Formats: sequence, C-alpha cells, structure tokens
Amino acid sequence: QPGAELSPRELSLRFLPMLCGVTAQMLEEGSTLLRRMEICVAEAEKRNGKNTVNMQETFTVYLVETRPMDAVAEGRNQAPDSLWRRYSEFELLRNYLLVTYPYIVVPPLPEKRAEFVWHKLSADNMDPDFVERRRVGLENFLLRVASHPVLSNDKILHHFLIEEHGWKEVVYETGFQAKADSRLRALSATFRVRNPDKRFMEMKHYSDELQSHTSQLLRARARVADRLYGVYKVHGNYGRVFSEWSAMEKEMGDGLQSAGHHMDAYAASIDDILEEEEHYADQLKEYLFYAEALRAVCRKHELTQFEFEMASQELVSKKQQHEELSTGIVRTFSFKGMTNKLFGQEAPEQREARLKLLEDLIAEGEEDVQEKTVECGEHVERAWVDMHRFKEQKDKDLREALINYAVMQISMCKKGIQMWSNAKECFLKM
Amino acid sequence: MSVGAPRSLASSGQKPIAEILHPLSAAEEQLSVTVGGDKEAGLTNGTPVETSSPASTSSLLNRLQLDDDLEADIRDPYAEAAETRDLFVTVDDPKKHVSTMETYITYRVSTKTSRVEFDLPEYCVRRRYQDFDWLRIKLEDSQPTHLIPPLPEKFVMKGVVDRFSEDFVETRMKALDKFLKRVADHPVLSFNPHLNTFLTTKDLNKRQGLALLSKVGESVKHVAGGYKLRARPAEFGAMGEYLDTFNQKLGTIDRIAQRILKEQSEYLTELREYGTVYSSWAGSEDELRRPLEGVGGCVTTCCGALEDLGDGMSQDILPVLREYVLYIESMKSVLRKRDQSQAEYEGRLEAAVLRKQEDRTPMPLEVEKCQDKVECFNADLKADWERWQSNKRHDFKQLLTGMADKNINHYEKCQAAWESLITLLQDKQTEDKTSETN
Repeated sequence: QPGAELSPRELSLRFLPMLCGVTAQMLEEGSTLLRRMEICVAEAEKRNGKNTVNMQETFTVYLVETRPMDAVAEGRNQAPDSLWRRYSEFELLRNYLLVTYPYIVVPPLPEKRAEFVWHKLSADNMDPDFVERRRVGLENFLLRVASHPVLSNDKILHHFLIEEHGWKEVVYETGFQAKADSRLRALSATFRVRNPDKRFMEMKHYSDELQSHTSQLLRARARVADRLYGVYKVHGNYGRVFSEWSAMEKEMGDGLQSAGHHMDAYAASIDDILEEEEHYADQLKEYLFYAEALRAVCRKHELTQFEFEMASQELVSKKQQHEELSTGIVRTFSFKGMTNKLFGQEAPEQREARLKLLEDLIAEGEEDVQEKTVECGEHVERAWVDMHRFKEQKDKDLREALINYAVMQISMCKKGIQMWSNAKECFLKM
Repeated sequence: MSVGAPRSLASSGQKPIAEILHPLSAAEEQLSVTVGGDKEAGLTNGTPVETSSPASTSSLLNRLQLDDDLEADIRDPYAEAAETRDLFVTVDDPKKHVSTMETYITYRVSTKTSRVEFDLPEYCVRRRYQDFDWLRIKLEDSQPTHLIPPLPEKFVMKGVVDRFSEDFVETRMKALDKFLKRVADHPVLSFNPHLNTFLTTKDLNKRQGLALLSKVGESVKHVAGGYKLRARPAEFGAMGEYLDTFNQKLGTIDRIAQRILKEQSEYLTELREYGTVYSSWAGSEDELRRPLEGVGGCVTTCCGALEDLGDGMSQDILPVLREYVLYIESMKSVLRKRDQSQAEYEGRLEAAVLRKQEDRTPMPLEVEKCQDKVECFNADLKADWERWQSNKRHDFKQLLTGMADKNINHYEKCQAAWESLITLLQDKQTEDKTSETN
C-alpha cells in the first residue's frame, strides 16, 4: 500500500504550506493575529435544525479551535478553545470584511457547491470528501485572514474565533449591510467613470484574465482526469483475462496470474492519484475566487472615482449657476435663462435668496468634493499596497502549486514504472 | 555433435533415430548414406519419405526423445535452437515495383547457411507476397502431417487499408519474416526442397503455375475422403479444446488492447487542450510566465510520449496478437486433417475386416499404409504441438514484455520531462533568493 492512510488532519498539515503560503517569515513580519494564536478548523459534523423558514434541514458545522501561541511555544499541552461555525457564518464574516475593507483583496471562501467535478467525484455537498476539502478550505481562509496585516486586527474577526454565541448580532450591529454599495450604483460607475487610475484598469483587466484562465484550466483538468481514469481502469480487464488464461497454461500459468494481479493494482492506483490532484485543483480554485476579490477592489476604485467626478461636476455646475445669476451673463443654455428672457427676470429679493442658497450649496459641495477626494485617494493608496501584496502572494503560491503538481506527476510516473516493471518480471518468468 | 544424441532433429520419417545423422556431423557419412543407401526420393536429410517398414517403433522413439528433450531442457528452447542453428533467414528492405500491369512490393530475403543442401553459403533474392503464398502451399502439400506457420492476411480491402503505406508494409514484412524464420527453425520443414528453391532461385515466376494445380488437387483429396471419425484420441481432443479457448482469450485481449488505445487517444485529445491552456495563461503573467510555460511544455512532451506509445501498440503488439489467431487456425486445420486421415484408416480397416471375414484375403497393403500414415501424422502432430506451445510461450513472453517495456518507456519519458522542469524552477528560486539577500 502506498503509504499509510493519512488522517484528515495530517493531510491538511501536509498541504497547509501550499494552501496558504504562510511561512515563518510572514509570521515575523507584522504582529498579525496568527503570530499570537494558533488557529485551525479541526472537524466537521452533521447537525439537524430549523432554518429561517422554520423547516427541518441538515447542515454541516465546523469546529474552529484556537490556542495562544505562547502556550504552543512553551509546549504546554493546553486544550484549545473551540466553537462550532456553519458555512453561512463564514460567509457573513467575509461579507462584513468585504464591506469594511473595500481596499483589501479579501481571501475567498472555498466553493459553496462542488463545481468542476469529473465523473467519479460527487457533486453532493454532504459527500464526505467534499466536506473534508471544504474543512481544509475554511481553515485556509482563516489562516489567510489572520495573517493579513490589516484584516487580522479586526475585532469582529476576533469575536468570530472566540465567541460562539451572539456573534451574529454583533456583526449586524456594526451596520455594515447599510454601508454596502448597491450593485446598480457600482455598475453604473463602471460605465460612466471618466478618469479611472490606469493601474487599476490594468489590474481589473488582469483579474478578468486570471479568472478566465483558472476556470479554463480547471475545466480542462477535470476532463483530463476523467479520461485518465478510464485508461487506468480498462487495464483492470487484463487482470481478469490473464487470470482466466493462466488456468489453461502449464509453464506460463504462474507468470500470467501474478502479472494479472499487477494489472489490477495498476488499475486501482488511479484513485489515489486523482484524489491527490484534487488538492491542486483546490489551489487553483482559490485563485479563481481571488480574481473576483481583486476585481471588487478595482470596481470600488471606479466607484470612488466616479463619485468624486460627480461631486466635482456638481460643484462646477453650482458655481456656474451662481456666476450666471450674479453677473446676468448666460454662458450656457438653461431653462431658467430662457424663462427669464421670456417672462422677465425675477424680483431682487428672490434673486438674493437664490444666490444665498447657491453659496451654501457651493460650500457643501466643496466639502463633499474634499471628502470624496480623500476617500478616493485613500482607497487608491491602500488598495495599491494590498494589490501589490496580493500579487507577490499569488506569484509565490501558484509557483509552488505548479512545482507540487510536477512532483505529483513524477510520483505518478514512478508508480506506473513500478507497476509495469513488476508485471514485466512476471512476464519474464512465463 | 555426437551421433548418438541428436537434439534438434525430430524425424518425421520411418528410420530409427539412431540411424539418422545430424546434418552437420561427419559430412562423408552423410554422403555415403545418400550414395550407398536408398535411392528413393527423400528429404535431404536422408530420411525416405515413404517406406514399408512399420512406423511405430521409431515414432515411439521420437516421442520419447522429445519428452526427454523437454525434461532435460528446462532452459529456454529458443536458446537451445539458436546454438545449433545453421540456417539463418531474414526478410527486410521493402521496395515498391511499378509496372504497366500492376504495382506491388518486394522484400529482400537473405539467407546464411552452412548446410550442404545449399550450394552457396549466402543468398539474396527478392520475393513478393505471392511467392510466400506459393511456398506455403507447397509446404502444406509436401508435408501434410506438419503444422505450417501462417502467413499474414492475403487480401486487404482496397480503400480501407492502404497497401503501400509504411505501417502496413512494415507490419506485413515483420509477419513474413516471422513465417520464414519459423519454417527455417523447423527440423523437418527447413529441409524441404521448396524452401530451398524459394531461398535460392532468382526468378520464381515459372513455378507459379504449379501452385494452382496442387491447390485444386488438395481440395479434391479432402472431398474424396468423406470418412467419419469414430473416436478421437483424448489428447487431440484436448488440443482442439485448448485452441478454441485460447482463441477466445486472444480475442478478449485484442479487444482490451483496442479499448485501451481508444481511451488513450481520447485522453490525448484532452491532454493537448490542457497543455495549451497553460501556455495561454502564461501570456498574461510575468513572474509566473516561465513556470506556466514549463508546465505547458511538459504536458506537450507527455502528449508526444503517449502518441509514441499508441503507435507502438498498434504497430508491434496488435498485429502479433492477430497473427496468432491465424496460427491457431492453421493448427486447427492440421488437427482436422489428422482426424480425416484417422477416419479414412478406420473406414478402410472396417471395410477390409468385413472382406477378410468373407474371403480370407490378407490385410491389404492400402490399409497398412493408412495405419502408417495415421501413426506418422499423430507423431508429427504431437511434435509440432510441443513446438507450437513452446513458440507460443516464447512469442507471448516477448509480446507482453514488449508491451510492458513500451509503457515503462512512456513513463520514463514523462518523468524526465517533469524532473527537468523542477530543476529549472528550483534553480530559478535559489537564484531569486540570492539576488534578494544581496
């Protein structure tokens, strides 16, 4: 048997460095949460309960364990604090982070439903393999957030990790939902913004490319896996026929029989190989979803820039109106101007009142423009830092993922050589 | 080689083993046998074709000899044969000939021998498929009690298979080579004068006319037989059963191999597409460009290796499997002929016994000849069966190890590609690290 059965914990530990790219170096830099606390998603369990419309449902909960790092360092075998969280609570946490930190490329959650499945893999959310890989993905999410220089300091995050009950209420109390940008507004901004920062536009274009390529790759890989499975399994038929044939032979019998067993083993070996490859697919998926997060930051820029432009435009228009009213010179066509010409100008008191109103509006407008400038500028500055951090993380993670993929391929080749060499030895003994 | 223990010779004739000399032993004695001995037409090794002496003793000896051989030679009989081989034949160098009437392929047939039956030690002639067919018919006619190895399929559907494609010609040539080698290795067939003619005569065309005649003659003989077989000896029945089951198994293996080829071809299609995705992604990256291109390149290399594997399987493995089906057919036809000759003997014997009861005439010579023929047939068949079994074992050992080797080779190529990629990427990594710290 190729190596003893790895427990889920061991398996996730094995892939953890690949999955979240957290290194000792990262732990040194900045006082991120991860430096002070060990976090993991240890288990998954099925629960039954009532949902929001009071109907029975089955769902999975995940055990989030935490332990102070100094306890770990001192080797104290302290039992970790733990609490149970549902996937929907992770979603809530992430949505909160998205709204609260629009200039951060927020780490994604593992997929809600199994996609890019190849034929053997179940598309069922309750499937134990799916649940297990989701557990690993959720842990990865927490580790990424907890090692982020900005996100790791968030109070809501700390609550999530420590306070099981009442956490939801605390999140809602932040009123983050009200701060969320409406989709329509964001979309409108994308189309109507005039001078977005070129770097952000390039980054947005890149996020589209990243999304397109990772999803293409995932689909192609699933098809390849499907076909490879077929190739290996058909070889199992050799096992059967060699066995039958060996019964009729004298000298050739033993060799054929043993060779048949090796063919069976060869056919069976594909299961583990493809199981391992799923972890590679998960790494690609993480960046597929990361592309979405990156685009969100760029769209936020478009929005803040657009709002700044709108505010500036509004101010310019008000100033213009004021000028027209005070000087009587109409520069541009306006209905007011037309009606004035046609029906005569208004009374002086009215004019004064309107001028005063305009002046107040202009003052407000100037404040507004000032605010929007700051908002836009801050976003640009912070987002640029995080996008740069993201790029480095992405380059490093994906490079490692590709290397590990190559390692997996080598392992598969070695296994194949082994199996066929074993069979060959049997053939030579025929 | 001492006279008392001839090994590779299994006589089909009636002379006691002890009297039959190995072709390579003392040439003078050989000559004296042919000069001073029977002047009857016979095989070139001095064994007469027909004789009135009873066959049972010598054929018994033959059988015992062979059994001894088998027990003693636990090592590969092929190696055994190779040590004593004195006739080497090869078929190669296919060439296309275009004439006004037809287009056809010829092959070079090279012979190297130390046998005295051949005037020269080396020969080189060109032969086409027709000529091989002629030889086979001649051998079947002159050695009816022996298993003649099969030829590759004669007819190919024009339009379906390209008769002049490299692959087809290559496959056919290998099968012809195999045929000729099997004949040359056979202790009786290799001394057949028709083989000699085939290997040595420059122009074989004159002989072609006879082929048709003898073919007709053969079938007439069979139809005229029409005797019913009473009791087939168990061992021949077992042979028949074995052949049927083996045929079945071969069919299954052929289907599996074809299925694998199909699955592999579909896998290859997807794998190619997969490789291109990596390359196209590389276009939008900077740091990741090299690793992505590297992976794409490895996938492409694996595609090439997979293609080679598929080609190897369809060119080297599948044709040999199919050819064995023909070999089985040949063997079955020999078994049938044996049954026929036994049936004839039984029929004549019964008729003779009846007549004897009536008018007390002695057992006619005819019946005795039939009996001899049957016993001779049985002995030859058993010898050939053992040889066929041993050939089969050797051939399949070669076939299957060849298949294993191809697969191993495929994985080795892929492994090498991935390993070189890792080296490349890891070198870059250490390169980057050192430039960072500097």
